[in-house]
Amino acid sequence: MGCVKRLRTAPFVGWALFSAAGSVNNPGMKLTKEQLLVNYRKMRMIRSFEEKLNELVNSGRLGGFLHLSIGQEAVAAGVCAHLSERDYVSTTHRGHGHCIAKGVRVKGMMAELFGRSTGLCKGKGGSMHIADMDQGMLGANGIVGAGIPLATGAALTCKLKKTGGVAVAFFGDGASNQGQFHEALNMASNWKLPALYVVENNGWGEFTPTEFVVPVRDIAVRADSYAMRSAIADGNDFFDVYEKAGEAIAAARAGEGPTLLECKTYRYMGHYVGDPLAYRPPGEVDRWKNEHDALTGFESRVKADGVIEDMELRRIDEEVVEELSAAVADAENDPVPAVEALYEDVYAKE
Amino acid sequence: MSETRRITYRDAIREALSEALTKDERVFLMGEDVGRYGGAYACSKGLLEEFGEERIRDTPLSESGFTGAGIGAALAGMRPIIEVMTVNFSLLCLDQIVNNAATLRHMSGGQFSVPVVIRMATGAGRQLAAQHSHSLENWYAHVPGLRVLAPATVVDARGMLWSALECPDPVIIFEHAMLYNEEGDIASEGPWTADIDHAAVRRDGDDATLITYGGSLPKTLAAANSLAEDGISCDVIDLRSLRPLDRERIVASVVKTHRAVIVDEGWKTGSLAGEVSAQITESAFFDLDAPVERVCTAEAPIPYAQHLELAALPSEEKIVAAVRKALRI
Ligand SMILES: Cc1ncc(C[n+]2csc(CCOP(=O)(O)OP(=O)(O)O)c2C)c(N)n1
Repeated sequence: MGCVKRLRTAPFVGWALFSAAGSVNNPGMKLTKEQLLVNYRKMRMIRSFEEKLNELVNSGRLGGFLHLSIGQEAVAAGVCAHLSERDYVSTTHRGHGHCIAKGVRVKGMMAELFGRSTGLCKGKGGSMHIADMDQGMLGANGIVGAGIPLATGAALTCKLKKTGGVAVAFFGDGASNQGQFHEALNMASNWKLPALYVVENNGWGEFTPTEFVVPVRDIAVRADSYAMRSAIADGNDFFDVYEKAGEAIAAARAGEGPTLLECKTYRYMGHYVGDPLAYRPPGEVDRWKNEHDALTGFESRVKADGVIEDMELRRIDEEVVEELSAAVADAENDPVPAVEALYEDVYAKE
Repeated sequence: MSETRRITYRDAIREALSEALTKDERVFLMGEDVGRYGGAYACSKGLLEEFGEERIRDTPLSESGFTGAGIGAALAGMRPIIEVMTVNFSLLCLDQIVNNAATLRHMSGGQFSVPVVIRMATGAGRQLAAQHSHSLENWYAHVPGLRVLAPATVVDARGMLWSALECPDPVIIFEHAMLYNEEGDIASEGPWTADIDHAAVRRDGDDATLITYGGSLPKTLAAANSLAEDGISCDVIDLRSLRPLDRERIVASVVKTHRAVIVDEGWKTGSLAGEVSAQITESAFFDLDAPVERVCTAEAPIPYAQHLELAALPSEEKIVAAVRKALRI
């Protein structure tokens, strides 16, 4: 009894699965320079947005319960690069990145986090319920796994209405232990829905290492039970995610049914802002940051390919910082909802 | 009382868990993050080292699965303690609790016992918004076959767990999330078992009866204190057991004070406050000098913005106002 395993014995190094030459067949060249810049901007925006949130909470300017996805940006960007407004996305408690990648404006998000009436949900949803119907963003969700059936229903709608749209559910490895995940995958495969299930395997479910509660190494194998296509991507490699999500989404649009795409990735920050992080094995986060960071990797790829110059990226960095400062300043000055708002939107108005 | 010591509500639960695991080999604890991490609310810190992986079991995120497994283990002869992180997530295992745990004894003609204890945090107050702020105690208290407890004090948090484990029927224990850091004095020496059949009178008074439970007790006591400064004295009843309700004690107090105000963090429609109110009118109608007042949560999902959340929840001011209304002053 004395030697209970409290921590994982070796750091979780999800990318080790992919050999150095493995995942990248130079797909970067399929993207135009504009597309590369747009996607860099998105990833930078996700990271800077969340770094800003971290700072705001730690300095007491922002309340609530925030879950950051810093480190996982390439998944959101790589998948959403294939989506447009007719497509749907559902996400989780860790959903800021998916919102930004799907095209939700940070101004409305920031105002929401400040609980302002100008927020996307009029200050009533907050981080865990951020949603934007105009962008097909069906919402973050505070209940682990609950967004998966929602995306499934949106995919069903796309199919019934023949819109050509697809629906993507983003969720964590922990969510794949919920019945809702299995129920949804079974239906989606059986009904050949235009859906993509993106499991972001970041090695942790709250404070418990994934391998302590899940007997399989790859969540992707769970698709086999539902005769569903699956793929595993290096979630910190934008190009790998982009390529594999692209194939899956093309198949979905072509009527070939859904895919389960597992992205091996890592969350740099705690489970929530304020998490003292005592449970992580030493060195784990540093290995990811230093050896396999999504943004650094993207940057060196595009520079090595000679498509983009350093200056262009730095300009984006600055623009992002400016946009965020403006969003914070606006949010702080925006009005809070009137108390009567409490009773509004409980039901549809007559 | 002889010697006392001061501990937090959280410590009280941890001690109670440790004691139960020590006393009875059939007891084990199962839930998300309860082992290596020590529990989302740190109630099981250190228990994994003390009792080992067999008895302190980290589960996957599978509320329906592990709660059902706990019920099954109880059927087969264990005494499981299931920790569902919060009542919000218990909706995923509501089916197991209501369709299996609550019914099996009766449906089987008394063949089965389901001695499972299911603990969960409940309540709002931390800007967690609609899906993380529910107070659904009354959903469970509605169901015959379940026992439902709401320890509001450190002493009850320390004592109720063992009493619940001794109960041959399924017991749900609600721990209000705002109580974990509360401190209180408990006896240095055991036994620490608690009476789980009766309500407790937390304060004596003659002018009105305030009835509450769980996380609303501190607010209600604060309201009673401030009313006392104005010469209004209130009986404060802490229900402690939400099913069954201690009708006798409620009625005895109302017969004495002739006025009742119920404080309940659930939504008013279909609330536990509604049930208590009905019992008062059934049993003490002719003793009432004023309509029964209810201070409940606004009939809307709990909003994120802090001022809206506060506006939605029962508060000391709202309780004071309700008492004044009942007294017509
Ligand atoms: C049904 C349910 N159970 C428990 C929780 C508490 N909780 C919030 S996030 C989380 C871990 C989720 O892990 P994962 O799905 O892997 O996503 P990650 O946090 O790693 O992004 C838990 C247990 C919850 N929100 N919903």
